[in-house]
Parts: sequence; structure tokens; C-alpha cells
Amino acid sequence: MIAEFGLAALWLAAALALLQLVAGVAVLKQGETASPAISALVRPSAAIQGVLAAVAFLALLVVFHQTDLSVKLVAENSHSDKPWIFKIAGAWGNHEGSMLLWVTIMSLAGALIALLERRLPEPTMIATLSAQAFTGLGFYAFLLFSSNPFERLAPPAPQGMGLNPLLQDIGLAFHPPTLYFGYVGLSIAFSFAVGALITRQVTPDFARAMRPWVLGAWIFLTLGITAGSYWAYYELGWGGWWFWDPVENASLMPWLAATALLHSASVLAARDALRAWTIMLGVVAFSMSMIGTFLVRSGILTSVHAFAVDPERGSFILALLAINIGGALTLFALRASTVAEGERFSVTSREGALVVNNVALSAILGIVLLGTLYPLLTEAFGVRVSVGPPYFNPVSAIFFLPMLLVLAVGPLLRWRQDSLGRVQKQVVLIAVVILAALAGVAFSTSIGILPLLGIALSLGIAVASFMPLIGRSILRVPLATWGMVVAHFGVAVALFGAACDSAFTQERLLAAQVGETTQLGPWTVTLEGVDPVAGPNWTAIEGRLSARYGDGRPTEITPQSRNFWTPPQETNEAALLTRWNGQLYAVIGEEGEDDRWQLRLWWKPFVTLIWYGGALISLGGLLALIGRVANDLRRRSVQRRGATRRGEQPS
Amino acid sequence: MNKVRWTFWVPLALFGAFIVLVGVQLFRPANDEVASAMIGKPLPEFDLRPASSTRPGLDTADLSDGTPKLLNIFASWCVPCAAEAPQLAELERAGANIVGVAVRDRPEDVAAFLSRYGNPYSRIGADDVSEVQLGIGSSGVPETFVVDGNGVITYQHIGDIRPEAVPLLLEKLREAGQ
Repeated sequence: MIAEFGLAALWLAAALALLQLVAGVAVLKQGETASPAISALVRPSAAIQGVLAAVAFLALLVVFHQTDLSVKLVAENSHSDKPWIFKIAGAWGNHEGSMLLWVTIMSLAGALIALLERRLPEPTMIATLSAQAFTGLGFYAFLLFSSNPFERLAPPAPQGMGLNPLLQDIGLAFHPPTLYFGYVGLSIAFSFAVGALITRQVTPDFARAMRPWVLGAWIFLTLGITAGSYWAYYELGWGGWWFWDPVENASLMPWLAATALLHSASVLAARDALRAWTIMLGVVAFSMSMIGTFLVRSGILTSVHAFAVDPERGSFILALLAINIGGALTLFALRASTVAEGERFSVTSREGALVVNNVALSAILGIVLLGTLYPLLTEAFGVRVSVGPPYFNPVSAIFFLPMLLVLAVGPLLRWRQDSLGRVQKQVVLIAVVILAALAGVAFSTSIGILPLLGIALSLGIAVASFMPLIGRSILRVPLATWGMVVAHFGVAVALFGAACDSAFTQERLLAAQVGETTQLGPWTVTLEGVDPVAGPNWTAIEGRLSARYGDGRPTEITPQSRNFWTPPQETNEAALLTRWNGQLYAVIGEEGEDDRWQLRLWWKPFVTLIWYGGALISLGGLLALIGRVANDLRRRSVQRRGATRRGEQPS
Repeated sequence: MNKVRWTFWVPLALFGAFIVLVGVQLFRPANDEVASAMIGKPLPEFDLRPASSTRPGLDTADLSDGTPKLLNIFASWCVPCAAEAPQLAELERAGANIVGVAVRDRPEDVAAFLSRYGNPYSRIGADDVSEVQLGIGSSGVPETFVVDGNGVITYQHIGDIRPEAVPLLLEKLREAGQ
């Protein structure tokens, strides 16, 4: 019953999306002569559509929570013995459910702009909402015709087929929704860009209206990528934190585009420059979300992340891509030259630095896209190649490192025109920090060139990121500026962690007997014992290790090698011991000969800074978002008061 | 102005190329059997330094000493290479002489890889610039070649070795010895 209710809500939502599109197009066609009755349909349709999609998603959560085994999706992906939180998470841990989540977020986003956004001219808003409905309709069709999550199973299954035990992890349960808020949130930027192209209204107001939405999506993307990286780090048991896996790249590419978009939108909002470029990035950011989803879902690229491989679904998403992205890019090609170029500026200016940032981010995006697609590209010519870190790391560093230098100086420059002479003192200070760090680290250690540059630049940026506050009264600095400072400082923190991890990680592999002690960097680790333990749906071998840092007190850590039974699968639960200056990472493997146990230990100095940095970057985004929204509310209330006062005066 | 208009079409053209590429891949039946043009030909001349301290390096003469060998192209950064490690170990147990070429790798990474996944190789050469990999017609990692006792390539296996491919490789190795 609940499943049918959900399906009905989904069909109704799709019908409202159609109404929203048809009404919107009619209004745009008729222009000035459009009937107000029709244009009044657009916003309410978007709002109710959002509610209905949310109801459908809620229905799916309910059938998963009840473990209703007469629903095919539940029978295939859940199990009555699973902890309830993972039952719920199972709703989006599969293809159909995650597509429903995608559509739900997309309609809710559309509902929000319909209800809240009143700054732009009404025709632009109607064009934007029509674009949102058009993209949405494609995904509704995909769900209803090819991936129905509410399909029944007759007769019901006696028991569910479980969930991939790798996915039974609280962090992972909430990782996909976070990323999806980011991916799909970017659909708003896409619709805004298409809407602005249709009405040719690419103005600073347009950038100001779009910016908070992009910021919101970007915050979720940043959090999602950071959390995903930490998940891969502790759950996969390989000790690495970024693998350039196609699924990771699929989340990185929209992030790169969205980061570029945020910065170029700032230029458009403040200086009315970079119009066509900002529109382009708005289209590209969401396109990258869709392309990434397609690459992952179609199974066209093989990857460690498992999703259903189905050529029919692959072709459906490909058709959606071709229509949506192809349509938007055609519109862009036709209209962009009529969007006047915008204000000019000199190279040494805030805009100039932001252009460098945009070019570098786009170049890195191109590199990651090319590397991800490279196996496909060469396969078309009959050969198979895989590219790994030896390609991605140095090639993206070519653009990443200069971008970081500009990141240090750019925020100090003035808009339109400036000279380095004016900020001479600060630039010299940054250069001294970087060079001193370079020399100091190079003389005291023998690490690779990339980690060396990374450490030096991170220290330089850490100092530079606070310089925009110099000479200002701390209490009067706008929240958006604080956001920039915190986010840039976060970049420095994450970079420092990544560079230290790559330069100073120590690894030890051993077959240890109980009672055996080993040294790893500053650590003394003893294998105290190995015991069997049991959880709700797994059994495990647990190693008891006592780890001592220097002469400190020993701490017990317990890595596990778990065996799940539905479906049977083995996973390694790494044990982590976190100190302020790094992490000890321990994995226990199989039993070898003579009662010896395979142990893998890593000492990773400052590795946690990678994720703290990611969190700081998100926090910066949040501060900027709050600042922008508060500003907007304040401006609106001033306008309202102004309007009331004018109304009181006799005219 | 004309120049500017032209550039506005570039994104669409790139996207069109992407759609064509992916569309072709999506509808083409999977075909893993792409033969190297080098099959039946002698190996090119090369001399590689050892890729790890535990095994000697590899040169052309090592592959024409009368014993047929399996030449495995691998890298520590390649995930499928770790997946095929048990099959390589099985081949070694069955008596195959396996030599390795580590592509674009660092000695410490190779050492860590071998101690984690096992070392079935009698020799491992370090191919820092993919010179040998490209020279013998291998396009990716992992790949495995059968080389007869006279340095002639007789068979090529593309991708990781699945358990079901082990008997076939042993058969090809036996044929190469005749």
C-alpha cells in the first residue's frame, strides 16, 4: 500500500513538472501579452512538485524501515536482521533508491527557488524554473520507465539479500546523501544559467541570486568529498586517502567546476565582468555531476565502487545527458555572443587573480576528466590503458602549484586595477615564509619535490590567508570575508596534511606472533593477543595491540578482520590511534604459518589535517553563505521600510 | 567578433565528441581480445635495472636462454595487478618461470607491493618510461606475455589474469616450449 502511495506521488510530481514546463514556455513565448493566470501556475507547481517528490522518498524510507519484502528493491538490498539505521540507509544504497533521492533533491531545490528567490526579473525566474522542470522531467521518466523503486515482487521473498557489508558503516550511510545535495544542488546553477541565456539577462544581480545556491551545493560537495576520502582511508584498509578512482573523480570534477564558478560569480557580482564565462561554468558544473553519475552508473568504467551495470540504463542516462547538456551548450553557443562582454580590468587586480584561479581550476578539471576518460578513449582505438597517480599527481600539480601562489596574493589585490608595489610588504613576507620553509625542509630531510613544494606552499598560504584582515577592525570584517579567510586557511591545512602524509609516512608489514614487539618511527607496538569477537551480523578476528608513543603510556587498539554472512564477505576494520601530530593505522590480516598473524602498521604524521582542512574549507563556505544571506535579508528589510515610508508620504 | 563566436561552439563540439565516444563504447559488444602486432616477432632489445633489491633486473638475453617464460607487465599503483597476484602465485607453483616489468614505479613502492601480495618473479626490470611496455605492444597494466626460449613473443594476455585463464596460460607456455 505504501509502495503504491509512493509511486502515485512520484507520478503526480512528474505531472506537475510537466505543467511547470508547459506554463513556463507559454509565458516566455507570449512575452508581455502572457496571461497572469498562466504565469501564476509556475511557482506553485514547482513548490508542490517538491513536496510530492519528498513524499515519494519518504514512502521508500518507510518500506525499507519495515523491510517490506514484497517490494523488489527491499528484497534485493535489505535484510530483516540488519540494524535499523542501515535498513534506512539501504534505501539509497542502490541504483533505484539513489535516483529517487536525486530527483527528490532536484525538485526540492526547484521548490526552494520558486518560494524564496524574488530578486531577478520575473521572466528570468520563469525561464529558470522551466529549465529546472525540463531537466527534472528527464529524470522522472528515467525513474518511472526504467528504474521504478516501488516495483512489487510476487510472491514476496522469504528473506532479503542483504547489503554489501562494506556499506554497513555509519559514515558511508550518510555520505551519498551529502554528495547528492552537492551534485544536484548544482542543477540550480545550471537552470539559472539557462534561464539567463534565454532572457539574455546576465547581470550582477543574476550572479548575486545564483551565488548562495552554488555556495550551498559547494559546501555539501566539499563535506561529501572530505567524508568520502576519510571513509576510503579507514574502511578500505589500504592506508591511502585518495585513489583517483573514477567514482572519486566523478565527485571531484563538479567540485572543481563549482569552485571556479563561485570565484567567477564573485567577479560578475562585484564588477559585472566575465559574463559568458560564468554562464559557461554554471552549465559545466551540473554537467559534470551528470557525466560523473553516468560514468559510474553505466558501468562503462570499471571501478572499486560497485553499482549495477545495465546497458539499457546507461543509454537512458546518455540520452538525458545529450539532451540536457547538448541543449544548454547549443543555447550557450547561440546566445553567448549577444551577452555583452562586460567590464574590462587589468591583469594585476583581484579579477586578474581570479581569472588565473579559474583557468587553473578548469585546466585541472580537464586533466581529471581526460584521465578518467582515457581508458575509454584508447579503448575506442582498440587498446586498453589504465592511468594512475603517476599521471594525475604531477600533471595536476603543474596547474595546482601556480594557482596556490596566486591564491596567496590574489585576495590582497584591489578590484579593477592594482600594483604589486602597493602590497609589497605582504608579498615579500609570503615569499620569505615559502623560501625559508623550502630551504629548511630541503636541508633537514630528503623528501620528493612535490611534497617539499606542498609543505612550503602550505605554510606560505597559511600566513597569507589571514593577511586580508590586516588593517581592518576585526569586528567589522564582513562574514563573507571571514569565509574566504577560513576556506583559504583550510586549503593550507589540507595541503600540509597531504604533503606530510606523502613525505613522512612509515610503513611496517610483519607476520607477528603473540607477544612480539616492533618499532615503527616513534611507536613501539606489541601484539598482545588475538581473539574472536561477534557482532549483529558478523564474526571477526580481533587483534589486541598495545601501542606506545616514545616513552608514553601504552594504549590498546583493536583492528579486526570481519566476516559477514549475508552476503558472505570479508572486510578489514582498521584500528586508528590519533594524536595531535598524526595517526597510527593498524590492520590485521590472515593467520600465517607458526601462529603468526599478518599485521600492517602505518605511522602517518599530520594525516588528519587533510580532513580538518576539508572541514575548514566547508566552514568557510558556510560563513560566506550566512554572510551573503544575512546581507540580502538586511537589504530587503531596508527596501521594505523605504517602500512603506514612501507609501506614507502623500504623493 | 567572429573569432569569439567560433570559440563559443568549442564546448558543444567537445561534448559531442564525448557523446559519440561513450555511445560507441556503450553499444559495442565487449571485446577483450586485442592482439599485439608483436606476436610471433622477437622482443626488442632492452636492458632494465632491477626494480627491487630482492631480484635482478631484466634484459633481452634473459628471455632467450632456452626456457620459455611468462613476462608480466605490472605496477604497484595498479589495482587489477593486486587482484591477479594469487593467479600469478598459482602459475609459479605450477612451474612457470615468471619475469616482471614494473612500469613507472618506485623501488620502495615495488618492495611494499611484493611483500603485500607475494613475489612470483624470478627477475624484475624497472621500466621507468614505459619503453619496454610500448616496445612489446602492451597498452596497459596488467598484461602478460608468453615468450619462448628464443625471445619470441608467442601469446599475449590483456588485463588481469582471472582464475579461469590460468590453465590456458600454462598450455600456451607448454606450446612455446615445444
